[in-house]
Amino acid sequence: MLACRVFARAAQAVPTLLGVAVLVFVLLRVVPGDPVAMMIPPGASAEDVLRLHALYGLDRSIAAQFVLWAGQAMRGDFGISISLRQDVSGLIASRLPATLELVLLAAAIAIALGTALAVFGTRHAGGGGEAAVDAVSGVALAVPDFIWGLGFIVLFGVVWPVLPISGRADPTHTLGLTSHFYLIEALLRLRLGVARDVLAHMLMPAVALALPLAAMIARVLKSSLAEQMGQDYALLARVKGFSRSRVIVREALRNAAIPTVSLTGVQVTFLVGGTVLIERIFSYPGIGNLAIEAVINRDLPLIQGLILTFAVLFILINLALDLSYAALDPRLRHG
Amino acid sequence: MLQIAQLSAAARGGVGVLRAVSLSVAAGEVHGLVGTSGAGKSMIGRAVLGILPDAVRITAGRIRFDGRDLLGLSPSARRQAGRDLALIPQDPLSALNPSRRIAAQMTDVLRHRLGLSAAAAQARALEMLHEVRIREPDNVLRRYPHELSGGMRQRVLIATAFACRPKLIVADEPTTALDVTVQKQILRLIRDLQRSHATAVLFVTHDLGVVAKICGSVSVLRGGEIVEQAPVADIINHPAHAYTRALFAATPRYDRPPP
Amino acid sequence: MAEAGRRLLRNWRVVLGGALVLAVLLAALLAPVLAPYDPLDQDLSAQLAPPDWHFGADAHALGTDSLGRDVLSRLIWGSRIAVTVAVVAGVLTALLGTALGLLAGFFGGRADALISRLVDIWSSFPPVLLAIILVALLGTGLRSVIVAIVVIDWTRFCRVVRAETLKQRRMDYIDAAVAAGLGPRAILWREVLPNILPLALVLLTLEAGIAVVVEAILSFVGLSISSDAPSWGGMIAEGRGVVHEAPWLLSCAMLVLLATVLGFNLLGDGLKAELDPVLR
Repeated sequence: MLACRVFARAAQAVPTLLGVAVLVFVLLRVVPGDPVAMMIPPGASAEDVLRLHALYGLDRSIAAQFVLWAGQAMRGDFGISISLRQDVSGLIASRLPATLELVLLAAAIAIALGTALAVFGTRHAGGGGEAAVDAVSGVALAVPDFIWGLGFIVLFGVVWPVLPISGRADPTHTLGLTSHFYLIEALLRLRLGVARDVLAHMLMPAVALALPLAAMIARVLKSSLAEQMGQDYALLARVKGFSRSRVIVREALRNAAIPTVSLTGVQVTFLVGGTVLIERIFSYPGIGNLAIEAVINRDLPLIQGLILTFAVLFILINLALDLSYAALDPRLRHG
Repeated sequence: MLQIAQLSAAARGGVGVLRAVSLSVAAGEVHGLVGTSGAGKSMIGRAVLGILPDAVRITAGRIRFDGRDLLGLSPSARRQAGRDLALIPQDPLSALNPSRRIAAQMTDVLRHRLGLSAAAAQARALEMLHEVRIREPDNVLRRYPHELSGGMRQRVLIATAFACRPKLIVADEPTTALDVTVQKQILRLIRDLQRSHATAVLFVTHDLGVVAKICGSVSVLRGGEIVEQAPVADIINHPAHAYTRALFAATPRYDRPPP
Repeated sequence: MAEAGRRLLRNWRVVLGGALVLAVLLAALLAPVLAPYDPLDQDLSAQLAPPDWHFGADAHALGTDSLGRDVLSRLIWGSRIAVTVAVVAGVLTALLGTALGLLAGFFGGRADALISRLVDIWSSFPPVLLAIILVALLGTGLRSVIVAIVVIDWTRFCRVVRAETLKQRRMDYIDAAVAAGLGPRAILWREVLPNILPLALVLLTLEAGIAVVVEAILSFVGLSISSDAPSWGGMIAEGRGVVHEAPWLLSCAMLVLLATVLGFNLLGDGLKAELDPVLR
């Protein structure tokens, strides 16, 4: 049942991916601007330029280029980055884990913070507690994540310098890790000093990413909690002698989470999009930062590979959201 | 058992919801609360159970239950005192949590109120489902609410209400949301259980026909006030108040053909 | 009208937001008068000079950047870029989105189905990523930034205007206008549009704030106008690089951007609260 749904979703994703690939491929090649312009040394002859074009396959027709590219992409070969002169798949493979860890941490913070605010606001509905929650989420939403990130740098990097403001780990230490999932590997191998260092580097970017989403979750969840608390089952639970807090957490939360996931789910993809900027602000070596460099350098193979990577990420997030409905709502599991 | 004295309540903004309501229910007695919607009958039940809406405040009066003044208690003492109270809600659709299995919703109160172990609570839940005449009770315990019919859900809720052997049950229009045929069965079930467990019931309804079948005495409410209070036979045979007569005129009778 | 104006001025959001927006507008208009220095003048003897408040002829009230350029003057001149983008991108976005929203909401049918589907697909993409990809396609520069904002954000207007148009269309006065013999175009222009305008104004105010941030973000990553020109995003990028040596550079540019964004947000929220009863 569940496997069927996952499979159907994955099958649907194939044409989407193909569409994105074709669209970006064609668009990137019809707009003016020579992708190898950057690499041409001063005083190069027209022949040299042609040779460079031939080297990257840019002298063929767009259709021929696409067929060639798609054929290689199937085998996991996305070509060679023009500006970095490295294998695109290798580059992405080494940078993607950093972004994934950042996104997961940010999502966890957003969900935890948003849920805590919503529960607290519902517990103190109609009083000062609820007003405080509304004020906090209002401020968190009004300020864009860009400015949160910069503000954190000034506050916790300079004014009260407690956290590192760049990179993923302290460059003076040798990490001694084998994978690129620094945080996860360090935690699994109980290298707590390393984990602490990596976490310190991730904290500010993750919180900056998480704040707007947390505020959104707090708002939507609070209003659906209010609706659930008015249902007869919540009243009955209070007649059974359970405290208001317990009824909110044990009875209402799960049912209120369903509309919250459907209303804020798309924001998780925005969280992934937000990493592009946040990674730039914190010089964090993920695929977002890589994407900006690729765009600035008009590095076609790299842009193409990265956009496809982002598209796969978005499809996976939507799949995860889909599955979370089934986990939350027993009516969907059997129906 | 339950004495309500001069109870008044107001919604935010000062609108009166209840006006000086007094009534008492003896142990094992079924007392009906009758009135049209908005007459305040459900509010009395919710006041007794301590689950008034946030916008409604009690402004005067007392509720004594089992020798204790419920309104003077702290929230946690109030919850403690509620162990001898239970509720049969109106809408079996929304009164069961859609995301929890029946077993969890029946046993949580047994473990919380009676301090039973998981296994003992499960056994007691099975026993209660037998008592409300549900077939294959162990199968029902594993189900989610959406997998049961409306009548089954109401039986589950009745079983849950009686499970902790409460002294008083508030039944808030327990048959209104059900089919007519199921209504009769459910009503008989409540009456049988009430008699065998000797439980007092505060029976909230708009249906005088139902009152005639189950209640011993009755209070007729209009606009938050009690307009008439008497043993049920007296009310049926000689309704004193014009409003009660109007209610009767609007009620289909089971015991004699309509005039 | 005067009554409505007085009521607006009693709303603290409108007053505070309006004041902030007005300050930015004035700075942009009066930049040549207000700025103490030429924003491009380099003074290599005073690189990264800290803020200095002794109002002399050579004082830099908010310090200098790494080329010795006066930060205050660059912030004031930078407001011109911000205001340009806010106004041009805001108005163009409003026009495109409102037009499509009216079309979808008023005529319904296939046009509505097509536009609504487009809005759904469009809004499922993360806006920042989309902006960067678009600028990658269009090439850098202020014009690309404005085009990118319009192309991405028209859905905000379209969605809301469509819903409001649908609501208006169901109201009695439209029936009355049809009965009076007005054609659809006349109804759209004379009856529906005037009722949509307050809402579009609120959205325009909020959109202006978004446009300012998007421009700053694109300048920050180096995809907007050249880094010499005084833009807030460019100053933030430079300030980020020298944040330990000269924290005032990042702080000042960030606070000015924050004040502008909050100004537009407050003004928009305040207007929404005050205009809502008019819409009902």
